[in-house]
Amino acid sequence: MKRALIVGATSAIAEATARRLAERGDALYLVARNRERLAGIAADLAVRGSPRVGSESLDANDLAAHQGMLMRAEQFLGGLDIVLIAYGTLSDQQACEGSAELTVRELQTNAVSIVALITPVAERLAAQGSGTIAVISSVAGDRGRRRNYVYGSAKALLTAFLSGLRQRLWRHGVAVLTVKPGFVDTPMTAAMPKGLLWAQPDRIAAGIVRAIDRRTPVVYLPGFWRPIMLIIRWIPERIFRTLDL
Amino acid sequence: MVSRAVSSWGNLSRIEHTLYGLRSRFDPFPQIASGSSVLPFGNGRSYGDSCLNPGGALLETLSLDRFMHFDRESGVLACEAGVLLADILPLAVAAGWFLPVVPGTAYVTVGGAIANDVHGKNHHRAGTFGCHVRRLELLRSNGERLQCSPHQNAEWFCATVGGLGLTGAITWAELQLRPVPGPSVAAEVIRFANLDRFFALCDESDRDFEYTFAWIDCLARGRRLGRGLLQRGNHRQGAAGARHRARTLSVPFVSPVSMVNSASLRVFNGVLYHLQRSTVQRHTADYGAFFFPLDRILHWNRVYGPRGFYQYQCVLPEPGAAAATARLLESIAREGQGSFLASLKRFGALSSPGMLSFPKPGVTVALDFPNKGAAIERLFRELDVVVSEAGGRLYPAKDARMPGALFRAGYPRWTEFARYIDPACSSSFWRRVSAES
Repeated sequence: MKRALIVGATSAIAEATARRLAERGDALYLVARNRERLAGIAADLAVRGSPRVGSESLDANDLAAHQGMLMRAEQFLGGLDIVLIAYGTLSDQQACEGSAELTVRELQTNAVSIVALITPVAERLAAQGSGTIAVISSVAGDRGRRRNYVYGSAKALLTAFLSGLRQRLWRHGVAVLTVKPGFVDTPMTAAMPKGLLWAQPDRIAAGIVRAIDRRTPVVYLPGFWRPIMLIIRWIPERIFRTLDL
Repeated sequence: MVSRAVSSWGNLSRIEHTLYGLRSRFDPFPQIASGSSVLPFGNGRSYGDSCLNPGGALLETLSLDRFMHFDRESGVLACEAGVLLADILPLAVAAGWFLPVVPGTAYVTVGGAIANDVHGKNHHRAGTFGCHVRRLELLRSNGERLQCSPHQNAEWFCATVGGLGLTGAITWAELQLRPVPGPSVAAEVIRFANLDRFFALCDESDRDFEYTFAWIDCLARGRRLGRGLLQRGNHRQGAAGARHRARTLSVPFVSPVSMVNSASLRVFNGVLYHLQRSTVQRHTADYGAFFFPLDRILHWNRVYGPRGFYQYQCVLPEPGAAAATARLLESIAREGQGSFLASLKRFGALSSPGMLSFPKPGVTVALDFPNKGAAIERLFRELDVVVSEAGGRLYPAKDARMPGALFRAGYPRWTEFARYIDPACSSSFWRRVSAES
C-alpha cells in the first residue's frame, strides 16, 4: 500500500489517476477547492478499494495554508510516498493579452503556487530519503505559441523547475516526474472541437501510474507527443514566428 | 455550446444535438434556451429514438460515474446515475453480490436501466430493475431535487421508473443487490423442436432456474415453427471452463451493406440449431459470457451496415400468449426477413413499479431486422395487428416506429404519466407517440 497526496483532486486527470490508485489499495489524501465535489470523490474512491481516504478544501493560491495542509496529510496517511500535483486553469489567452493583472494571476495559479507547494514537499521527502513527486505540466510548456503562451510559459516554468529539482533530489532517493499531457478531453477543454490527437483522461491516468511505478523522469502522454514536440521545438524561430500553430 | 451528431444503438439516424453535461450529482440543471427542450442521455444503448431529441438538446450523464456507498454486509449500493452496470458488477461480485436484474448488455447506465425499467432473464423471479431501486434523486429543470422511493414521493417514483428520462434527470440511485455464491453460472442449453415444447420447458425451467430465455429459429415453419434453444441457469461457485469465459472482439467499422440477409440468416440459424448434438448440454459459464454474450463483440450493431437496424420487441399477454406467439412467428417466417437474434422469454407475474413499464405477464419476443425501408415497415404493420389484437404492447427502449395509437392503447396510464413530465424535457419518441394523428 502506497500513501498518496493529490492536490487538485477534482480535476478529471487526477480523479482518473486516483481511481487507479484506489483500485490497487493505496491510501489517499485529496485536496481541492470544491468541498462538496471533493467529498463525493472521496466516497467513490473508498468504495473502489482505497483503505483510507481523507480530504480537505484548500485554495492553492493561499500559500500560507500549504504547510498546515501538508502536516495534516502526512499525519492522516502516516507518511507520504506519492505527491501528485494536478491543478491548473486553462488561461484565456486573448483576455490575458489585454490584462497584465489576469496574466500575472494565471502565472500565479499555474506556476508560482505550485513551486511554492513543491518546495516544502521536496524538503520532507528529501529528509525521509524516499518518495515520488509527480507534477502535471503540459506539452504547451515545450515552446511558447501564439494561441496559449501565457498557459504555456507557466508550464515551461514548471518543467524547468522540476528538471532542476529532479537533479537535486535524485541524490536523496526521491523521484521527480514531469508529466506532459497533450490534448485531453476534460471539462477544462469542453468548449474545444475534438480531433484525432485528443485522449481520454483515463488513458492519461494509466500513463501517470505507470510513470510513478517506473520513476520515469519525463513522460509525454500519450507517447506520440514526444516526437511531435521534438519537431516543434526544432523549427527555427524565423519560420516558427510565421506559423499559425 | 457544444453540438454533435448523435445516433442511438440502432444507427437509424445521425442527427445533430446540442449537448449539455452533468459533471457530478451536485451540478445544477442547465439553463435551456426557451422554446427548446432537453433529454437526459446515458450510454445511448436504447435502439430507437427514445434517447434522442433532434432539434433540441441532450443532457449527458456519463460523467456522473461515482459510487456513493456500498455496504458489503447488506448489499445496498448507491451510485451516481451515469455509472455503468459493467462497472458495478466486478465490485459486487468480488464482495459476493450481484445486480438483482441485468438486461442483455452491461453497457447501460444505472439511470438508463431505471428510466427504461429494464428486465432480464430472471423476470419470472425478480421482476424489473425498478423493483430493486430503494430510492433515487430526481433533478427537475426548476432546480428542485426530489428524493423518490416507493414510500416517499411515490407517484414521482412510479413516473420516473420507466419514465424514459422525461420526468427530469436522475442524478443518483440506491440499489438492493442480491447475494451470489460465486462469479459463475451453472448453465444448461436445451434444444426444443417447436413452440409447444418451449412452453412446456418454460413451466419446468421457471420452477427450478432463476434465469431462463430462449433463442428461436425464425425461418423454421409448420411443425417446426418456434424451434430453438432454451438457456437456463443458476448462480454457482467456482470458475468457468476456458470455453465459457468472456473475451472481447470488436467490429472495427460499419459494414458497407448489411451482413444480415436471408442467405446468411438461413445458414446461421440452421447451424446454431444443429450445432448442438445432444438435446441437453451443461456447462459452467462466467457471468459475462452467460448474461452478456453480445458485449463480447464491441460495436456489433455495425454488422447491419450504414442504414442501421430495427429491433421489434413486444409482449403478448396471458391468456392467449401461446396462440399469439405462434401467429407472430408465422408472419415473420412467411416474410423470410427473420433475424440474427430472435429471443423469447416468459415474463412472470411480479408487477413493475413504473407507469410506463413494459413487462407484464405473458411472452416477450424480440427480433432484430436490418433497415430495408418500406418492406420492413409492411411487416411491422402486420406484427402490430397481432400485438394489438392480443392486447400487447411494444417496448419503447427498442422502438423507432410504433404508431401512436398502438402506444396509447398499450400503455393506458400514459395520460397520468404525462402530468409528471418536466416542462423542459422532451424526446423524439414522446413527440411521436403522444401526438394524436
